[in-house]
Amino acid sequence: MNRELYVNNYCIVRDHRIYVNGKLCFESPVSNGLREFAKAAYRNLAPNYNKFFKMDEISKLGFIASEYLLNYISIDEYKNDEISIILSNSHSTLVTDTNHQNTISDPESFFPSPSVFVYTLPNIMIGEISIRNGIKGENAFFIVEKFNPEIIVNHINNLFLTNKSRAFIGGWVNHTETDYEAFLYFVTDKKALPHNRQVINNLYNNL
Amino acid sequence: MVHFLADNIISSLGITTSENFSSLLSGEVGIRTIYDKKYYPEPFPVSMIDEVSLEHEYNKLTLNYSYEGSTTKLEKMIILSVADALKNTKIDIRSRRTAIIVSTTKGNIDLLDPAKKGCFESDRVLLWKAGNIISRFFANPNKTIVLSNACVSGVVAINTAAMYINSGLYDNVVVTGADIVSRFVVSGFMSFLSLSQGACKPFDMNRDGLSLGEAAATVIMSNKSESNSSIVYLSGASANDANHISGPSRTGEGSAIAIKKAMIEAGITAKDIDHISAHGTATPYNDEMESIAITRNNLQDVPLNSLKGYLGHTLGAAGLVETAVLLEEMRRNIMLKTAGFEEHGVSKPLNVLRQNESKELNCCMKMASGFGGSNAALIISKQEINEPGAIR
Amino acid sequence: MEEIIEKLKVQIIEQLNLEDMEPEDIDADEPLFGEGLGLDSIDALELIVLLEKEYGIKIQNPKDGQKIFYSVKTMAEFISANQK
Repeated sequence: MNRELYVNNYCIVRDHRIYVNGKLCFESPVSNGLREFAKAAYRNLAPNYNKFFKMDEISKLGFIASEYLLNYISIDEYKNDEISIILSNSHSTLVTDTNHQNTISDPESFFPSPSVFVYTLPNIMIGEISIRNGIKGENAFFIVEKFNPEIIVNHINNLFLTNKSRAFIGGWVNHTETDYEAFLYFVTDKKALPHNRQVINNLYNNL
Repeated sequence: MVHFLADNIISSLGITTSENFSSLLSGEVGIRTIYDKKYYPEPFPVSMIDEVSLEHEYNKLTLNYSYEGSTTKLEKMIILSVADALKNTKIDIRSRRTAIIVSTTKGNIDLLDPAKKGCFESDRVLLWKAGNIISRFFANPNKTIVLSNACVSGVVAINTAAMYINSGLYDNVVVTGADIVSRFVVSGFMSFLSLSQGACKPFDMNRDGLSLGEAAATVIMSNKSESNSSIVYLSGASANDANHISGPSRTGEGSAIAIKKAMIEAGITAKDIDHISAHGTATPYNDEMESIAITRNNLQDVPLNSLKGYLGHTLGAAGLVETAVLLEEMRRNIMLKTAGFEEHGVSKPLNVLRQNESKELNCCMKMASGFGGSNAALIISKQEINEPGAIR
Repeated sequence: MEEIIEKLKVQIIEQLNLEDMEPEDIDADEPLFGEGLGLDSIDALELIVLLEKEYGIKIQNPKDGQKIFYSVKTMAEFISANQK
């Protein structure tokens, strides 16, 4: 059995553009923040999935990246608990955290909202992608100072070598007050680009 | 083979594992109803760490370390917890072969509160920053790895540490974690109507929600044993429900998958498991979901407890706190009762512990579940298992 | 009553992020949950916040929510009966 993993597909969302396997797939005419960009990118795929509009901005970003990534491949050959999602970022859910904090700071207008609070955990986007695609494998979300392929590559390789999973969505989904960026990739044992730190770093940086 | 070398718990019930365990053994409950508008406009039950003694202990500790920067409440809790656990092992925290993993859901989230503005640099709220403080304090040369995966963080952090050691990436991993009680978290759970009126009542007929708590805990894992009677890590897994971002699956699917995968990896069957430490938050849905997941794996007769009725739900620390308690239960061969449990209140006939019970504990399981559809489980054992079913 | 119903529809669309929905798309007598608008448990909690924030009405027992939030009309009736 082949014990090596390969990057079969990858998707980058950056500067109001979406690239899949290096090719530009969507471009928003105006660079007007994540909320409008995510909506336009969603409409471009037209998936008719109303839950999308309930998500906070970073979950929308992760969701959009996963939709474009998985749009070009089939995951049907894997059992739902054989597909794992391992993500990372540097700002956790800070933008949504600030939104929640704003609903509770003033005692005169203290109205914490459950639909905001529930998104103040970074792994909620893993939940959203899992619900959308019926994925039931391993989950982990790491918070790192800056994009760090090592943690994700190690985690995915370890899960594979211990037979916990056969297919993986790995990557980085970050949202700050001023910027957003997503880089998701799909890994299996089907021959393509080798799944290692160098390759992941190159894919992330070469756009 | 991955060995558990040492551990610590910092909570409302003590600042070492043995202090906490003595309190738990005597049935002491750390949850009190407090009325402090800093946290919430109305009274609510919660398990809190005494801040004065926390400061005192921290100041005592810093005399032995050269770190001079200021630290937040959360960082102090983690540092105290790691330092105490380190006292009981020979591992070198300054070695490249030793990694630190921090498990937390919200880290220094209290710093977002306007009342705390200016106390620390504004980006101190970022979780990796707290991680950096921990590695700097202990002069660990590696970047601290921060894992934030809702309420399964602690269990997933231990599973991750075991993979690091088994793959040869590191020789030792200090797995630590903490979460604090904050206005942020209390108001959020209040808006979910998921907090109980009094101290929470896991698996009970009249359970009405969870109680929050704050804690830090540490377990130190290594590829070498430091004694001839060590407890080892057998296996662990996580799984997503793919059902709803806040509501647990009605079929217990994700939790059942995590348990099943962990049992397969360990090469054991249901009859090999002596005791289960459940997640048991005492929300109506969580406990019901767990009862189904446990029964689906034929584990319904295994004596089970939840510790949430003593210490509340400590979020990102919970998996570590409860694994540290489970290790102590195994060392002493005692299973703790489930505080708050009176009348069986889930649809499956689980064996929920009503009294502390003595039992030879060789192989035990820890479960966790959380928002985002996340579930996890891990299995630990007193002895090495070479062949499937070799445990007796 | 009609006035509360119309206002509520706008507030529900806004608060629950019902994209692509216009007030006239919501039938005041239709069930809000289940088939109707496809709302879920978080939406139910959000409606409790809406009543408190916009109308100053606190629901003491969340179990009452099922009846109150059956439809826009039942919500409006509850509001007009409880508003100070």
